[in-house]
Amino acid sequence: MGKKLLLEHVNVAGIETLEVYRKKGGYASVEKALKTMTPDAVTDEVKKSGLRGRGGAGFPAGMKWSFLDRKSDKPRYLVCNADESEPGTFKDRYLMERIPHLLVEGMITSSYALGAKSSYIYIRGEYMYLLRILEKAIDEAHTAGFLGKNILGTNYSLDLYVHPGGGAYICGEETALLESLEGKRGNPRLKPPFPAVSGLYASPTVVNNVETIAAVVPIILMGGEEYAKIGIGKSTGTKLISASGNINKPGVYEIELGVPVEEFIYSDEFCGGIQDGRKLKAVVAGGSSVPILPAGLILKTAKGERRLISYESLSDGGFQTGTMLGSGGFIVFDERACIVRNLWNFTRFYHHESCGQCSPCREGTGWMEKVLHRLEHGHGQMEDIDLLVDVAKKIEGNTICPLGDAAAWPVASAIRHFREEFEYHVKYPEKVKDPKHFEKEPFISEKYALA
Amino acid sequence: MAEVKFSAETLLLVNKIIKRYPEGRHKSALLPVLHLAQAEFDGWLSVPVMDYVASVLTIKPIEVYEVATFYSMFNTEPVGKCLLEVCHTGPCWLRGADDLVAHLENKLNIKAGETTSDGMFTLKKVECLGSCGSAPMLQCGADYFENLTTDRVDALIEKLGAANKRSTYMKSNQLQL
Repeated sequence: MGKKLLLEHVNVAGIETLEVYRKKGGYASVEKALKTMTPDAVTDEVKKSGLRGRGGAGFPAGMKWSFLDRKSDKPRYLVCNADESEPGTFKDRYLMERIPHLLVEGMITSSYALGAKSSYIYIRGEYMYLLRILEKAIDEAHTAGFLGKNILGTNYSLDLYVHPGGGAYICGEETALLESLEGKRGNPRLKPPFPAVSGLYASPTVVNNVETIAAVVPIILMGGEEYAKIGIGKSTGTKLISASGNINKPGVYEIELGVPVEEFIYSDEFCGGIQDGRKLKAVVAGGSSVPILPAGLILKTAKGERRLISYESLSDGGFQTGTMLGSGGFIVFDERACIVRNLWNFTRFYHHESCGQCSPCREGTGWMEKVLHRLEHGHGQMEDIDLLVDVAKKIEGNTICPLGDAAAWPVASAIRHFREEFEYHVKYPEKVKDPKHFEKEPFISEKYALA
Repeated sequence: MAEVKFSAETLLLVNKIIKRYPEGRHKSALLPVLHLAQAEFDGWLSVPVMDYVASVLTIKPIEVYEVATFYSMFNTEPVGKCLLEVCHTGPCWLRGADDLVAHLENKLNIKAGETTSDGMFTLKKVECLGSCGSAPMLQCGADYFENLTTDRVDALIEKLGAANKRSTYMKSNQLQL
């Protein structure tokens, strides 16, 4: 069993209450930070820990904190991004539902480090039931003196609020989230200025993912250097992986970064293998936006090394033969899954979620969806495959926010690795008109079939 | 048409929500208040309701319209008492979301996007609800119903019908499957 830093007590009865959470050592990071450390010392520990943003981009959290404009005379804000909407990702939901005080504790300790007096948790509207759970935890923390005026008798005061979204994937992008928190449409902002200088209400703001903020708790308790010893190389600490798709045991797993992908898929400690003992076809390792990899390339890198779940190993080979850790949304496809149908599905998602500001994304995602629809339904032509590559290229890098890239990468990677499957759809239109074509007649390209 | 006005209890809550944001930043309360409005006024946001929300928050009606039409949780058309939102994004599709939608269409005798003639159910296909590990699933108001099978979904429809309550995001229907 690997180390558990976030979910260690997740199965303890009553852990969602302050009383039980306290008995398990809860809120010790608040006591330690507020009573024995300066705000800058807390930031230094986060820097030393090597913690990288757990929302998807993997940007070093301590560095993001250090960019916060502390000279400004405006109030500073910490905003937690709980807008978890990346297909394949449900770890933040699990953490907030099962152990809500961990997020509240992380918010207090982190807000202290950043000098925030009001902090917000922006949660996707669909998780409204979690908003109640968090508000209850916040009320309990208030009553116990961990929130409000003069926390634990110090001169630090903080108010913490939960704010619901309205159902929009784009609000997971930090500047769209801030727009939404200001009561507007979730249109991403042009950067610079970055939120660290001009964020919420044009004030210095840090936006961090739920898991990132929760990880601050063990970092402060054990110290950044100790935390950095966990994991592998620059992938320090533990990571919550949301496992879904054609596996025996879908769910959220906390792993020490560096677990081999093969072990993660097949070991009973994690996914427990592929449903009904079928063959593995492909994996999307970090949420729907990251490049899909065929079985051969997800288990081993192009150089033949064992692929690990870490930032570096998953991206080994760049986009030609690698992918990204992303949000840790690990979606597994067996031999009966149709890559073209899945891609049409994902592309429909991005088209639906495009905010519409930038033409390449607004129009391009729609064009790709239409072309994929006709391919999947047996009306495609060979030229359509390169047309998709062309449109994806013209979206990538040409939009204000990364949603354009997120829509382009799955298309480019699916065609890069599964071109034969796209050609099959053109060659056998009658077969693919049945939506369950590969369920009846499993198909894996010989090029990537596992021995 | 009945007068559009929040209950005294909701108005208190609205004022509490406005205080979460700095002075002069009351527009921030728009999304939470729209959720309250939708729950209180039959599950959707009509123009009079949006105008009322604008007056409560002292912002322009257009500021409400542009937000209400942007976010997928806000209905700008009437919906049935129980809005069944079936996730059909990739991971749910891998675990049988298409079959679930087909079963519901058949059972309720409507297509996705439509409402049953008795006004009880609206069926809607939606994008990822963060329930990929317990797929296939649907959301009805504040409740997630997960790991659905044909039998479980049949039982759900029966119980929702018998309870005959409007589903809202603000409050669980307390149904056990």
